Amino acid sequence: MPKVRSEKSRIIKDKIFKIVIFLLATITIIPLFLILYYIVQKGLKVVSPEFLLSLPKPPGEEGGGILNALIGTGIIISLASIISIPPGIAAGIYMAERKESKLSALARLCVEVLQSIPSIVVGIVAYIWIVMPMQSFSALSGGIALGIIMFPVVVRTTEETMKFIPGTLKEAALALGVPYYKAILKVVLPASLSGILTGVLIGIARIAGETAPLLFTAFGSPHLELNLFKPMSALSLFIFNYATSPYVEWHELAWGASFILVSMVLVINIIARVIAKRWKTRF
Amino acid sequence: MENEILRTENLKAYYGNQEILKGITISFPQNRVTAVMGPSGCGKTTFIRCLNRMHELSPNARVEGKVFLHGEDIYAIDPMLVRRKIGMVFQRPNPFPTMSIYDNVIAGYKLNGIKLPKNEMDRIVEESLKKAALWDEVKNHLHKLGTFLSGGQQQRLCIARALAMNPDVLLLDEPTSALDPIATSRIEELMIELKKTVTVILVTHNIAQAGRVSDYAAFLYLGELVEFGPTRTMFTTPKDRRTEEFLTGKFG
Amino acid sequence: MKTRGVAQSNLIFNAVILIGAAGVIILLLAIFLTLLVHSIPSLKAFGISFFFGKEWDPVNMKFGALPFLIGTLITSLLALLISIPISMSISILLGEYLKEGMFSSLLRNLTELLAGIPSVIYGFWGLFVLVPIVREFEALIGIPPVGVGIFTASLILAIMIIPYSSSLGREVIELVPSDIKEAAYSLGATRYEVIRYVILPYARSGIFAGILLSLGRALGETMAVTMLIGNSNKIPESIFSPGNTMASVIANEFTEATEKLHLSSLVEIGLFLLIITTIIGLIGRYIIKRISLKETEHA
Ligand SMILES: Nc1ncnc2c1ncn2[C@@H]1O[C@H](COP(=O)(O)OP(=O)(O)OP(=O)(O)O)[C@@H](O)[C@H]1O
Ligand SMILES: [Mg+2]
Repeated sequence: MPKVRSEKSRIIKDKIFKIVIFLLATITIIPLFLILYYIVQKGLKVVSPEFLLSLPKPPGEEGGGILNALIGTGIIISLASIISIPPGIAAGIYMAERKESKLSALARLCVEVLQSIPSIVVGIVAYIWIVMPMQSFSALSGGIALGIIMFPVVVRTTEETMKFIPGTLKEAALALGVPYYKAILKVVLPASLSGILTGVLIGIARIAGETAPLLFTAFGSPHLELNLFKPMSALSLFIFNYATSPYVEWHELAWGASFILVSMVLVINIIARVIAKRWKTRF
Repeated sequence: MENEILRTENLKAYYGNQEILKGITISFPQNRVTAVMGPSGCGKTTFIRCLNRMHELSPNARVEGKVFLHGEDIYAIDPMLVRRKIGMVFQRPNPFPTMSIYDNVIAGYKLNGIKLPKNEMDRIVEESLKKAALWDEVKNHLHKLGTFLSGGQQQRLCIARALAMNPDVLLLDEPTSALDPIATSRIEELMIELKKTVTVILVTHNIAQAGRVSDYAAFLYLGELVEFGPTRTMFTTPKDRRTEEFLTGKFG
Repeated sequence: MKTRGVAQSNLIFNAVILIGAAGVIILLLAIFLTLLVHSIPSLKAFGISFFFGKEWDPVNMKFGALPFLIGTLITSLLALLISIPISMSISILLGEYLKEGMFSSLLRNLTELLAGIPSVIYGFWGLFVLVPIVREFEALIGIPPVGVGIFTASLILAIMIIPYSSSLGREVIELVPSDIKEAAYSLGATRYEVIRYVILPYARSGIFAGILLSLGRALGETMAVTMLIGNSNKIPESIFSPGNTMASVIANEFTEATEKLHLSSLVEIGLFLLIITTIIGLIGRYIIKRISLKETEHA
């Protein structure tokens, strides 16, 4: 316990502490505003319909766009979603339905560990599994890497959402003579849909900006690539490659790409929030 | 003597090794309301969940003994068929939250993959909602979500959903315990009306409610059937001391 | 009715969800085993001395990971050192002083926004904004003005983990039961005294867990660090020297590693990184879970 002090010094201390706390907290705002300022100011200068719809130009030439990266990001995210969402939902259903089972407990632990794996390590694994045997960088390997990152997010949100669905809902379906699998798929799962969708969107927002796991999987490509078995660009890779290049024109493209990527992540997060709020299933 | 519709013989139910029902033999008369009463934890819910084979869905749950519907052993038939013949309404209203009022009523058909022509479905929905005394209140917004109704309306919607399957027996597990007095009295009136078409088995905590709506009453105590008979007889001259204590509010 | 079809569908459904749940476990095992198997050449060649070797020289096939262990440790600890006062302030501010209101929701939304910005963009921004600033600072204190290096990487890392650690901190502070706080206030304690002598001691283990979890994040962070750390494979001499972390050396060299031993050494670093972050993460989450369990029992 504190020593006995004069009232005055106690109050001064209290004031100083409050000021320090406010000051330190306010400091955070500075880098944040700087970062946002740069992305918006430098990005808006380059962003235009043409920027979105054309391919990058060689260094020295003005103009050029990010079409290849934009499409690449779309393809790789789709691949990751296809790979991770169905098994993730299946696992989540199991863990919510058989709460007490040993398998569920173990799976819960594994989900936690999976979520904390550094993304670069996932890149190594996807490289070993896909790139090495196929002897080529590919969009597929990138999609798998990002799918592995998204998978535990989907499992977790499915489980958490389904846990809050009242058990009597399933029982009501069963009491109508509905088979178990239909009671889950047609009654419990639809009731959980907005929650799961929110989780999926948060997962997508998270992988959209991932770069490290794509470095040696999707790898990047200056062309408009649609073949899943070939190296493919993505916004994040594009930013990395062009930002670390020595050409000023390329830096501008990278700022534009950053603006687009941050806006994308922001919009997805906002949609996720809106869904979580508005479409919440009432019971 | 009344017509018998549902009968149990030495029915025992377990959770793990714990014997919850200790051999219950009872015969439910057709087109009557039978109240099942007893103090909390005596096994009322467990008992009616054995009647439509819902009990066996709980983990570690087990049933022994026999249940006959129209003289046929329900434990020898497919449980899903049994549940379509014996409908159930729960303590808390639980309409399917993603379905409209219309879809909630017809859910038993849709979810079971039974295809019906549109006009046939319309007829079933209207008839069931009318039987559940809800039609007039919802006929103009059948395509709104069922969860937008009030608690009492939701419970009647759940009754309509069960009635749509055209069951022989309707099990109600404390259907009014989550409702206000006005909604409760509507459901009580409804039950008396319903017995024209179905046999009603009502679990209730509320002795007065049993007195108001039931023709027969069963008193369960610690997993045993202590007394069963016409409600009026039981309420005026209980045979067993435990029944008397329960009815006079000594426990429960 | 088609009872058999129904039974079969139930069977299939149960099998599918079972496989899903088993898949979670299998995936983690497969990741671990894959890394382990591909680390074998390096494990065989260097054994435990891999972690004490001071030299990393792919040309002469010498692989010692000590420079990266040191690089990772310094960068992460420095980042924590810089960020902890700030994130603690934010936690206290949002958890105690301003639970609601404009400034609070502004700060909350801003930090959330900050959390959503991809690492590569932090790196990009660091290159063009942070590096020139650090360069001038270096010139000012009379060391070669390079701009990139351990210090710069730590700065960006600090900015990046603030949103995460401050939201963890707020959670922990909010777990402190209000009756304890009110008891202190009713004895006439000032807010500072309540925070210093009641809240912080009570939340101590939670704060520790939050720091651990933030450390786990920092250890694995790759892109921004790779872009700003200067990528040198030598043991750093000062905090302004260039260096490499475990994650950044993998990012840098993995695609160029044509020799089996080189690749295997990088995989081994990855495996080590996985094990460290897993252990740290599990301990951190275990502590937090125990606290919130205790709280729910209280309530
Ligand atoms: N899932 C379960 N697992 C184990 N025991 C259970 C389970 N459900 C109920 N029980 C036990 O079975 C006994 C009877 O429970 P039941 O729900 O049938 O009582 P009830 O008469 O319906 O009580 P209430 O009036 O409170 O609804 C109780 O002792 C209860 O603890
Ligand atoms: Mg009950």
